[in-house]
Amino acid sequence: MGVRTALKRGFDRVERPLDRLFGPDWNPMANLGTLSWLMFWIVTATGIYLFIFFDTGVVNAYQSVKWLSETHWLHAGLARSLHRYASDFLVLLMLVHMVREWAFDRYRGKRWFSWITGVPVIWFVYMSGITGYWLVWDELAQYVALTTTELLDALPFFAEPIARNFLTPASLSGRFFTLMVFLHIAIPLLLLLMMWIHIQRITAARTMPPRGLSVLTLAALVIVSFAMPAVLQGPADLARFPSTVGLDWFILGLYPVIDLVPPSVIWTGALLFTVLMFGLPWLPPRKDKAAAEVFLDFCNGCTRCEADCPYTAITMVPRSDGAPFPQEALVDPERCVACGICMGSCPSSTPFRRSGPLITGIDLPGRPLSKLREEVIAASADLAGPGRVMTLACEHGAAAAPEKGRVILPCVAMAPPSLFDFILSRDLADGVCIAGCAERECHNRVGAQWTKERIARTRDPLLRERVPRDRLLTLWAGPTEGARLDEALAGFSKDVAALEPMPGKRSLETDATGEEDPR
Amino acid sequence: MKGRLPHLLMGGAVTLVLGLGVAWLSASPAWRNAPENMALLRLSFTHSGDRSASCRDRTAEELAKLPRNMRQTQVCDRRRPPIHVELEVDGALIYSAESAPSGIAGSGPSRLYERLLLPAGVHELTVRMRDNPASEAFDYEATREVELHPGQSFVIDFRKDSGLIFE
Ligand code: HEM
Ligand code: SF4
Ligand code: SF4
Repeated sequence: MGVRTALKRGFDRVERPLDRLFGPDWNPMANLGTLSWLMFWIVTATGIYLFIFFDTGVVNAYQSVKWLSETHWLHAGLARSLHRYASDFLVLLMLVHMVREWAFDRYRGKRWFSWITGVPVIWFVYMSGITGYWLVWDELAQYVALTTTELLDALPFFAEPIARNFLTPASLSGRFFTLMVFLHIAIPLLLLLMMWIHIQRITAARTMPPRGLSVLTLAALVIVSFAMPAVLQGPADLARFPSTVGLDWFILGLYPVIDLVPPSVIWTGALLFTVLMFGLPWLPPRKDKAAAEVFLDFCNGCTRCEADCPYTAITMVPRSDGAPFPQEALVDPERCVACGICMGSCPSSTPFRRSGPLITGIDLPGRPLSKLREEVIAASADLAGPGRVMTLACEHGAAAAPEKGRVILPCVAMAPPSLFDFILSRDLADGVCIAGCAERECHNRVGAQWTKERIARTRDPLLRERVPRDRLLTLWAGPTEGARLDEALAGFSKDVAALEPMPGKRSLETDATGEEDPR
Repeated sequence: MKGRLPHLLMGGAVTLVLGLGVAWLSASPAWRNAPENMALLRLSFTHSGDRSASCRDRTAEELAKLPRNMRQTQVCDRRRPPIHVELEVDGALIYSAESAPSGIAGSGPSRLYERLLLPAGVHELTVRMRDNPASEAFDYEATREVELHPGQSFVIDFRKDSGLIFE
């Protein structure tokens, strides 16, 4: 097992108990990006509030922080603690989010964009935090100022060593402090811009956690802020040097390393880390399958595929073939990861068609609908006995390994609802199990959601009413839930075996004779 | 959010525990960046080397060739010489180096920033600086006996008008 697979399974194991505590939809591990956004907004709101009380001059900064923390502990002190703890959470969430996206292999191939734009985000988050600690002008701030300026002075950019600003109480410069105040506003604004760019290749990216998760997170942060208000250390004094400081290990966790190794090593390390991070999507690259293709003869410009594609790979453009529709779908092959979700969303994707070759409006060249139809028919031949269950499986979930009677798809949402109808009504199986990946989060972002909504008949294309719901099982299970999958499949097989024979089903052979469907 | 009370409570409790852990880690464990009972000594100058040694008088011939308003009698290198600084602590030579002038043309001041931890207590500090390469000895020299307290930050600086400064 490779490192990535091991890590991915590790995440799955850790996340399963959280599913029970939070519910899959509120699972924080499936909301790391959205929670990071929430933290950003908490930090922004409390930051603006703090500026009402904060004295931006170096002489009075410390006193103003002390005053707002003590005299106005109920609101301004709360804002300060929230400001700090939400920043810490932002760092933590960001790092876990990053490792998780790597483990889930969502950073390579056509999905490189979010990764590359995430790298500068790391820098901006840390720089925002460091400039923030500077402003308190307590002993920790002094330590940060000294260590940071000495590190920066090792670069050949600054004429005057900037550490000279912190030699003696007399050399302390108000101008320099004002610069820090400015940077502590400007850097987070740039961070916001980077965060916005970060999600530009994600269709309808979620930037807010589910309401309940937001509420419980904020409530927990408020309680923490009152129980353990943010610490204020002794006032900075340049006639002394703080040999011991209480460190914020999230934001300043690397400062001890800066103390211990030469600046050249730090800068080389930072440079190598950044280059490595930028290079990671190509070390090695992932070859995505051929991009989806539009067949205009079967496209009426209904926009469903555009709405369903998770990666903004489809746009609607003016009709090019003279057909009497205003628009047609256009796929950007640079963005298409070949998840097949668009194929499942196209109204032309129906395996029932009898005349002519089976072509749909939007199809995967590597795995066209016609091939999928054949695979389903072939899988049916492997099923025997009472309670034959065919599984349409997601290649990232518990049912990712080949098995008799199982068709594995890049995403379960690649299967149009008419395929379930086809399998049951043409007697290819007695039941269909749709085995997606873990419910908390779909590998292709929205595949699970679209599948549920299509079956519930709230999203086009709707599952036909005639499909007996007791012969459909949707099962969401992550890679480490093989046992639960097997158990559910065995139970489902027993259940469908006990059902009355399905009315109106007919064999494929009768289809071939051209008889009309009796219904 | 109907029927989600258990999730709010259990999820909230988990987040609370995590939050308390995060709050703790945001100020502890403390980091000791210098051993106990030490004082910080910083030696930092920003001072231009004296380029008078590179100057020479123009000959009468040279002066005659120049326009009247540019007839300065001396020419000097644009580049400044480096300064040489030494620090002795209790008789031991701790630091001795030349600092090159700054700027692309080397016409800016030499800059120096050195930090050093010393055990608290009484020390004899001697600083020497040569800013003119023509000088045989050091142009500036000062010795000071200082008592450093634990955690004290002590600075040796230089200013043209007041010479070497201990503060
Ligand atoms: C403040 C920090 C960050 C925030 C707020 C953030 C937010 C987000 C959001 C909202 C998504 C989209 C989730 C969705 O709706 O499916 C996302 C996806 C992603 N992020 Fe981040 N992110 C941050 C940092 C990072 C960093 C540092 C990296 C890595 C270097 C990174 C890599 C990714 C990747 C690879 C994806 C997946 C894109 C895809 O599904 O194709 N993110 N992030
Ligand atoms: S296969 Fe379709 S839905 Fe998936 S990325 Fe490509 S265009 Fe989008
Ligand atoms: S879903 Fe099919 S018919 Fe609709 S726009 Fe896309 S390709 Fe065309």
